[in-house]
Amino acid sequence: MTPVAVMVGANRIVPAAGIIHPLGNAELSPEEEKALRRRIVEKALQALQTEVTQPTVFGADEPTPPHRAE
Amino acid sequence: METLRVVCYLNQFFGQLGGEDKAGIGPQVFVGAVGAARAVQQVLGTDGTVVATVVCGDNYVAEHADTAVAELLNHIAAQQPALVIAGPAFLAGRYGVACGAICAAVQEKLGVPAITGMHAENPGVELYRRQVYIVQTDAEASHMLEEVRRLVALALKLARQETLDSPAVEGYFPRGLTHNTVADRNAAQRATAMLLDKLAGRTFASEVPLPQFSQVPPPPPVREVQRATVALVTDGGLVPHGNPDGIEALAATRYGAYSIHGRQCLDPVQYDNVHRGYDTTYVKQDPHRLVPVDVVRELEKEGAIGKLHETIYSTTGVATTLANSQRMGREIAAQLRAAGVEGVILTST
Repeated sequence: MTPVAVMVGANRIVPAAGIIHPLGNAELSPEEEKALRRRIVEKALQALQTEVTQPTVFGADEPTPPHRAE
Repeated sequence: METLRVVCYLNQFFGQLGGEDKAGIGPQVFVGAVGAARAVQQVLGTDGTVVATVVCGDNYVAEHADTAVAELLNHIAAQQPALVIAGPAFLAGRYGVACGAICAAVQEKLGVPAITGMHAENPGVELYRRQVYIVQTDAEASHMLEEVRRLVALALKLARQETLDSPAVEGYFPRGLTHNTVADRNAAQRATAMLLDKLAGRTFASEVPLPQFSQVPPPPPVREVQRATVALVTDGGLVPHGNPDGIEALAATRYGAYSIHGRQCLDPVQYDNVHRGYDTTYVKQDPHRLVPVDVVRELEKEGAIGKLHETIYSTTGVATTLANSQRMGREIAAQLRAAGVEGVILTST
């Protein structure tokens, strides 16, 4: 969904861990999930402190969970 | 046809009172057409009489806002107009906003048709084009007479309650209104014709205008995040159990403001999710997967941020119109700014 964010002009964009659980992952244990959430939030705080001049995606280093069949 | 009583509104410059040096001047009322209103009278001919010209300084209106508009409205009402023509304001921002505000007030409070004109980039356009007929003009007054002709032609139609043609034909900014008409060919035929034009390199016009996304200049970074108040906002559809504000599941027009004062985390039992654009199972099980109150509270305790703002804002971001999104964004931003929030983490699904 980050390309959409870039297109509509959001300036500071942090990729999250998937549409249905942006800040979590049900496949992880609660501790791992919380650690994941914290990493993404910390990246968001970093983005808030970073000078940008245009829509900027702050690199994804979280593996996106495999696509679930509906 | 009876001669219409027309009142014109002008700023200090077009009212010939002076330039920026007179921008602070309060409302002045002149009998008949003065300054640029003479062009309006010239074009009106025998169709209307400019009975009065109301003039006010751009700074006066900008600084006194609602009270200035109310004052000006009183002066205009006293003239008992059947039509009010403001501007044209060209690219003058304060003037354009004043013209828009006055026309909107005249329509709403006096029930009298009102119209103005300005350049596409005048801030008055975005603010008022949905409420007020605004004729498109150049940036400067070089073709004023021709533009006043268009303005007066449209004004007379409004005053006589005649049906208007499309914005493109009449020369005003689209107001966002939709009218159903019967086309001469069905959609399949029109789409095919458009495709053939496109393939052949001929010009074609989209029937539906593609949305233009505006560039929002990035705000400067948060300076001292350890002292800053950070707020959490989401378009993922989080609502308190029972959705007390009736946030819509699709095409939201509303957002909710929910207190997390004193709470360390979000209890799943107290929350629900109305979003219809994704599978909300996981965020219902644990709302932190959408709004990370637990983690941000920890960061607050550790001093990584100054404070987690005590209100979270939420709406549903599926099939939400651009206009409503922008409006909700502005409203939420105004509340956050008033509360001293310096940074926002918005979770989007």
